[in-house]
Amino acid sequence: MLAKLFKFYGGVKPPSNKTLSNQQPIRPAPLPSRLVVPLHQHIGGTPRPLVQAGDPVLKGQKIGEADGWISAAVHAPTSGTVVEVAMHVRPHVSGLESLCVVIEPDGKDEWITHGPADRAAMSPADICQFLQEHGIVGLGGAGFPTHGKLKATPGVPMAELIINAAECEPYITCDDLLMRERADDVVRGIAVFRDMLQPTQVIIGVEDNKPEAIAAMQKAVEAQGEAFAVVPVPTLYPAGGAKQLIRVLTGKEVPGAMRSTADMGVQVFNVGTAYAAWRAIGHGEPLISRIVTLTGNVRGAGNVEALIGTPMDELLKLAEPNPDTDGIIMGGPMMGFLVPNEHAPIVKTSNCLIAHSERLFPPKAPEMPCIRCGACARACPHELQPFELYWHARAKDFGKTQQYHIFDCIECGCCAYVCPSRIPLVQYFRFAKSEIWAREKEKKAADEAKQRFEFKQFREEREKAEKAEKLAKAAAAQAAKKAAEAAAASEAPATEQPAEAAADPAEAAKKAAIAAAMARAKAQREAAQPKNTDELTPEQAREMAEIEARRQQAGIVPEPADAQPATTETKPE
Amino acid sequence: MMFAPAPYLLKDASVSLVMTQVCLALIPGIAAYAWLVGPAILVQLVIASVTAIAAEAAMLKLRGKPLAMFLSDGSAIVTAWLIALTFPPLAPWWLVVTGTLFAIVIAKHLYGGLGQNPFNPAMVAFAACIVSFPALMSQWPSVGLQMPFLDQLNVILGLAPRVDALSGATPLDAMKTALKLAEGQVDIAHLLANQDIYGNFAGRGWEWVAIGYLLGGLWLWQRKLITWHAPLAFIGGMVLISGALWLYQPASFANPLFHLLSGGTLLGAFFIITDPVSGCTTPRGKLIFGFCAGLLAYIIRIFGGFPDGVAFAVLLMNLSAPLIDQLTQPRIFGMKGKQS
Repeated sequence: MLAKLFKFYGGVKPPSNKTLSNQQPIRPAPLPSRLVVPLHQHIGGTPRPLVQAGDPVLKGQKIGEADGWISAAVHAPTSGTVVEVAMHVRPHVSGLESLCVVIEPDGKDEWITHGPADRAAMSPADICQFLQEHGIVGLGGAGFPTHGKLKATPGVPMAELIINAAECEPYITCDDLLMRERADDVVRGIAVFRDMLQPTQVIIGVEDNKPEAIAAMQKAVEAQGEAFAVVPVPTLYPAGGAKQLIRVLTGKEVPGAMRSTADMGVQVFNVGTAYAAWRAIGHGEPLISRIVTLTGNVRGAGNVEALIGTPMDELLKLAEPNPDTDGIIMGGPMMGFLVPNEHAPIVKTSNCLIAHSERLFPPKAPEMPCIRCGACARACPHELQPFELYWHARAKDFGKTQQYHIFDCIECGCCAYVCPSRIPLVQYFRFAKSEIWAREKEKKAADEAKQRFEFKQFREEREKAEKAEKLAKAAAAQAAKKAAEAAAASEAPATEQPAEAAADPAEAAKKAAIAAAMARAKAQREAAQPKNTDELTPEQAREMAEIEARRQQAGIVPEPADAQPATTETKPE
Repeated sequence: MMFAPAPYLLKDASVSLVMTQVCLALIPGIAAYAWLVGPAILVQLVIASVTAIAAEAAMLKLRGKPLAMFLSDGSAIVTAWLIALTFPPLAPWWLVVTGTLFAIVIAKHLYGGLGQNPFNPAMVAFAACIVSFPALMSQWPSVGLQMPFLDQLNVILGLAPRVDALSGATPLDAMKTALKLAEGQVDIAHLLANQDIYGNFAGRGWEWVAIGYLLGGLWLWQRKLITWHAPLAFIGGMVLISGALWLYQPASFANPLFHLLSGGTLLGAFFIITDPVSGCTTPRGKLIFGFCAGLLAYIIRIFGGFPDGVAFAVLLMNLSAPLIDQLTQPRIFGMKGKQS
């Protein structure tokens, strides 16, 4: 269907070790003794707990409310009782804790009432909300809430909807097994995304080391009469990186700084996300379980369907880890991490648990100096110069690291994989990034403090000025009143003033200011209290004008008294 | 261990593996050298290697660095071998020792050791020695050493007198001298006809040594230890300038093939200008580095006072490498056709 595939630069070919775990069908994992469901499992706002200790919950009952648009609801994975809502360790490299709902299963696994969504009656916005309410997030990587990606960028036609089924990381086979066994539901899920985004074409990219999955998907696509292209892509890590897969399938290169691929008319979803979306739309099931690959230093590697919140150590036991297992890697061996605490629960983004042993993953040789061999640069799929970045990161010259595009690094680990000097390059880049973030934060805080201070100064100045003006106005009003009285008493002294004003420019300016203030004050005063000369009848007005004209002819008054301020550019009233 | 960062899978690669492969790639050239010119080169290789290891160990100890880790990286051996291969095969032992010490102690460790040296240590050694001992460094056997191995050993160790007959000049140098002496009265074709010195394309025997280096270099390229950029650009630069002058005046300038197979051209192209530490690292940078080094090497070897120009050309380009690298940073992913 698609003739041309494109290449991305670099990439590596680590041993895939996938046959270890893709020989067995997916098994359901037994109910664990306790479920620890973190409320924060994805990028974006932390959902707010809806339950408290002692509450009974049913399977699929919402226990966490999405907090904001970039957030998704969290649900009870089984029926039982909430033991506590408290801080527990997260499955995160930091080993920090986050708010979790701890549920003791009652063993009945009793569902709340649920059913398929009535799509005919739903607008796209309704479907987005439905997916958010059912806790659907990206299952491939960072866990971006799916509903947030189901809209084209205004003004950019959606050209390609790409389903990422590359699964390029070694050891992981959960997407492989999902496609082999549940291709129909996957294709239905993709159809939902297609209906939402209306792309010109839909491409399902699968690495060519998964022939069974490719065949199953092709069959399902045909059976449902869809026009989706199932495209085998060459096995080359990291072909499953979103930007790499876009490049391979469409030839488009999404710049590192671009926040959303939709800006280039492409949207990418993980294949597991499509499946989860269909379980929600077609069956009303929220995201409470996922397929997890259990592999590595184990006797019974395979894939299990596990409830979110199952403790990792308990889950890994299903695969019978060998006795020399000394840790658990969550994710793949290229981008995953050794979990600091093995009691941590699996979350929506936990695709793989690898039993770690030194036999399987020998400890790294000591770090040698960089010999600038450039192997890293030839492996980097983003065409960076990792050894230059390393050089500057090591010297803490963070400005230079930004010049060398450190934020385009996707931390895929290709550079560290090939480095003959065994330099943990990714580690250096994470360090540099976090330092830059910390500094930016500090700088932002300092800038804000400065802004606040400057505004305070400005405000004080302004208040002072306003006060002074008020005082001046009051004085001016006083003066004007006196002047008016004086004018009324005798019109003559007014003639002297222009001459005086001309004598001294400084004095003149001062006088002008005073006069202006007087004029304003008078205007205000007049606005406040109508003068008896207002609302004259035409006859009276004519009479006055005639009197005025006679006076001027007689030379009694050169100009009307009121016109005095005219010399100071204030318009006569 | 528990907080070791990803990736947990690593390619089977190490600095010592890189260096071992470079040494392996030198074997065809060394074999041709030992066979066609004389086994004296093997003695020089041993002297240089022992000196390099001893100097490396002493410097590591002085600098408080882990001995085993750095001694086993093999980089000192590569330097030692390049020195032995660029020095005259019958050079007295102390000359090779001096050169090696200069390379390891001054050009490498005083600049910070492995990965930190701005200049190629072997080329620094060559330059230092040819400036300090120009006569000894210019005494090359113009043809194969027609003496028993033991005699060769004795000459190197200073136990036998340095016979004048042994101390000719390189084919390259011989040609330059002959052309100079004849003042335009002799043409190249006539000189090349001298089958005592010249073989099919260039120096007799030496041409095959050069082809040995070429084979080793191609293997390094095939193993992806080096890229094609610098060697090809270097050869291109050399061919371009030598070809232009040859076409202009074939009587006074040898053809490009002669220059490719003479002196240090092919050793330089595949083993010296490809040194990543002191050379350029960006693809375009490598092209510029190689091309300019090729031009300079030719200019120095033809118009300069030294028998060959590769060493000085490389050192001059080493000086410019950081700047070239900075100016030739490649576009990154997603920035094609845009200013980065």
